Amino acid sequence: MTVLLQGHQLTRRWGGLVAVNQVSLALESGTVHAVIGTNGAGKSTLINLLSGETEPSSGQVQLLGQDVTRWSQPQRARAGLGRSYQRNTIYPGFTVLENCRLAAQARHPQPWQWWRDAQRCEFSMGAARAAVARTGLDAVADRQAGLLSHGQKRQLEIAMCLATGPQVLLLDEPLAGMGAEETERMLALLTELRQGHAILLVEHDMDAVFRIADTITVMVNGSVIATGSPDAVRHNPEVQAAYLGGH
Amino acid sequence: MKHKLGFVVACFAALALYPAVAGSFGLDLVTKIMVYAIFALSLELLVGATGLVCFGQAAFFGIGAYAAVLLSPANGDAPGLWWLLPASVAAAAAYAAVMGALCLRTQGVYFIMVTLAFAQMAYYIVHDTPLGGGTDGIYLTAKPVLGPAASPWLDLDKPLAIYGFTLACLALQFGFMALLLCSRFGRALAGIKANEQRMRATGFSTYPYKLAAFVISGGMAGLGGFLFGVKDGFVNPELMSWHLSGAVLIMIILGGLGHLRGALIGAFAFALLQEFFKSEAIFGAFAKHWTLGLGLTIIASVALLPRGLVGLPGQLAARLTGQRPSSAAAANASEAP
Amino acid sequence: MDLATFLIQCLNALQYGLLLFLVASGLTLIFGIMGVINLAHGSFYMVGAYMAYALAPVVASTFGGGFFATLLVGLVLAVILGYLLEWAFFSFLYEREHLQQVLMTYGLILVFEELRSLLVGDDVHGVPPPDLLAGTIALGEMMTYPVYRLFVSGVCLALALGMYLVFTRTRLGMMIRAGSNNREMVQSLGIDVQFLYRVVFAAGMAVAVLAGMVAAPISSVYPGMGNQVLIICFVVVVIGGIGSIRGALLAALLIGIVDTFGKVVFPQAAGVLVYVLMALILLWKPSGLFSAG
Repeated sequence: MTVLLQGHQLTRRWGGLVAVNQVSLALESGTVHAVIGTNGAGKSTLINLLSGETEPSSGQVQLLGQDVTRWSQPQRARAGLGRSYQRNTIYPGFTVLENCRLAAQARHPQPWQWWRDAQRCEFSMGAARAAVARTGLDAVADRQAGLLSHGQKRQLEIAMCLATGPQVLLLDEPLAGMGAEETERMLALLTELRQGHAILLVEHDMDAVFRIADTITVMVNGSVIATGSPDAVRHNPEVQAAYLGGH
Repeated sequence: MKHKLGFVVACFAALALYPAVAGSFGLDLVTKIMVYAIFALSLELLVGATGLVCFGQAAFFGIGAYAAVLLSPANGDAPGLWWLLPASVAAAAAYAAVMGALCLRTQGVYFIMVTLAFAQMAYYIVHDTPLGGGTDGIYLTAKPVLGPAASPWLDLDKPLAIYGFTLACLALQFGFMALLLCSRFGRALAGIKANEQRMRATGFSTYPYKLAAFVISGGMAGLGGFLFGVKDGFVNPELMSWHLSGAVLIMIILGGLGHLRGALIGAFAFALLQEFFKSEAIFGAFAKHWTLGLGLTIIASVALLPRGLVGLPGQLAARLTGQRPSSAAAANASEAP
Repeated sequence: MDLATFLIQCLNALQYGLLLFLVASGLTLIFGIMGVINLAHGSFYMVGAYMAYALAPVVASTFGGGFFATLLVGLVLAVILGYLLEWAFFSFLYEREHLQQVLMTYGLILVFEELRSLLVGDDVHGVPPPDLLAGTIALGEMMTYPVYRLFVSGVCLALALGMYLVFTRTRLGMMIRAGSNNREMVQSLGIDVQFLYRVVFAAGMAVAVLAGMVAAPISSVYPGMGNQVLIICFVVVVIGGIGSIRGALLAALLIGIVDTFGKVVFPQAAGVLVYVLMALILLWKPSGLFSAG
């Protein structure tokens, strides 16, 4: 199995505080890799280091075999690294379809053709329709994104990520605030997406994590205390003590 | 969409027919208003379309005007319009490129302050140095023409000619912006305005887009300045004053941000307000304090008309039907021109 | 330039820089604590200068007081005016976007300018310094320096120090800093945030007014002075970094040096040099010399 994204000894310091401490991980194609930990464990910072929004104090990031540590976020995104956010970052004033189309446009911008209507751009429209269909948002494709339900907005967040045609998906709490039915739908989507992609999942919903993840990394206070299959992690005494319910 | 297009077409038709009924004062006033509209549309690209609040737009306007005068031949020959206009626009766009490259390194409130400061720099260059002729300003010796000097096809010295030419420029600019905002470039700007971080996460390098918007906007403002300088035949540092930067911001807010026709409406409304408050017939001796009325109107319109005059029918309708105005606003948020 | 002239210009630069710092700190205070960008801050400075001119005869005839009495009366008036202005106008700006704040305070500038024009006129005036401070003092053997300029530097330093102490050592300062970080939390603790904001605004305005009053004998009193100082204050904030008082002080002193020496060495380009400085800083450090986090 090919490793699509690799983080090597990533560290991020803010003054005296070490938010992420020597974290290494590898994302393989066709797998879901979950990162769990208590609040403040450094999970969001880790995603930011991988996506390029934050510069590491030390360490490297490799995407599809290339060293992208010095690359900006847009560069990494164009190279195939997609990201969704914990808080919705959809464009509330645009339709669902336009949200995805604009995301897809990033890979094929051709901004100098100022006379051509963006809605007629086959490349971005095609990618957008595909992403909308895949996430099951067909019925609301022409609705304004701000008027969707919370669960639909989270789905749109993923759809926008998919529209860019990524190979690696970094998903920050995609299930946040979702009810049971919506969670089921999202988990089904993630399972289906596993093929051909590498997915990094930061989540608090333990049931969902243990159902869907192939590998789990546990972080406490910025450091990794365990990595392995769900069973191995579940039975790891350190993890039990720190996180899963020793208290 | 249809009634918006109809409104715009009606506006331009009215402007085209106006000279038939106008006197010389009216013709000059409406030419000035159309120049304001060109100026306002240029700022709309930055503020309304991209979300970059520039408080220094007057710098580009003034540079366009000064270039028209400074680049004209000193010996009094009528300069050729075909090269003077592009040269003036290019001068304004060049300053916009430099200013944009520096200002876009900042964000938010900082950006507003920095654009104001750089416009002041341009103001001081023409105000203090001999380059700009100082506070007295400079006169344009001969207005530009199109065609052979002896019998030109278009002589901008004639009021009807400058009126028609300005109207043509306004119409072309409006059409250009309408196309631009629907294009991929325009949609990218809209995305940057909505959520720049999300655009970057999707793969857009946002800086080149913002800089391009800055340069295009600066060039268009320079066009407005060129026309203004040619119309009056005179330029002075007040064309770069930050009060003018404030005035054009007010025009687009008053008209309605996010709508091209808002810039048209705002320019008209502002010019008419100015004439109203300056009118001695209404205010007598108090008319020399006209900026007091203007200041109060600005405060009132920002406070009471959040969506500008364009949004006024919607606001009134919402009040009358008891609907919450914010849902109507949400429905209108992504309107085309 | 000989040594004496150089030292005199240094002192001038210091005085101008400290005065700028005082005005800019009022602007930064209001922005940092209440999140309001106030374009009319320069107008407060202008109001102070015109007050120094217009109040002097009134104070003289009513109380028989001189310069210092005028300062005190002006300060009290400024605090009252600031309190009322916050209640009537600025309290509506807190929740609004920056663009709206910019335009509404711009409208306020126009209103202030015309009210001043109606009440006091548009003429330029000189204001004499008080007799006590009108002379020059010998500094070493080489030169003499106007006492009044030293007084201005002293007042600015004292006020800056006073503000620093209030912020870091008093309960009021602590509440203000807490309120700027987390308004709801402070409110839920029973502290009246509205009152707090009013106090901060009145203080910010009073500082600008006082700066104008104190500066009047040096710079004279003219209609455009408010707008001029406002834009320079923006440059101070951009160079120094928003939210940083240390940055504002350093930036103000830097601008004082560039402007003062610029006028002597390149008189024609003097107005532009400050902006060139800003452009250079922006190239090197876009978020200012000391950005707050």
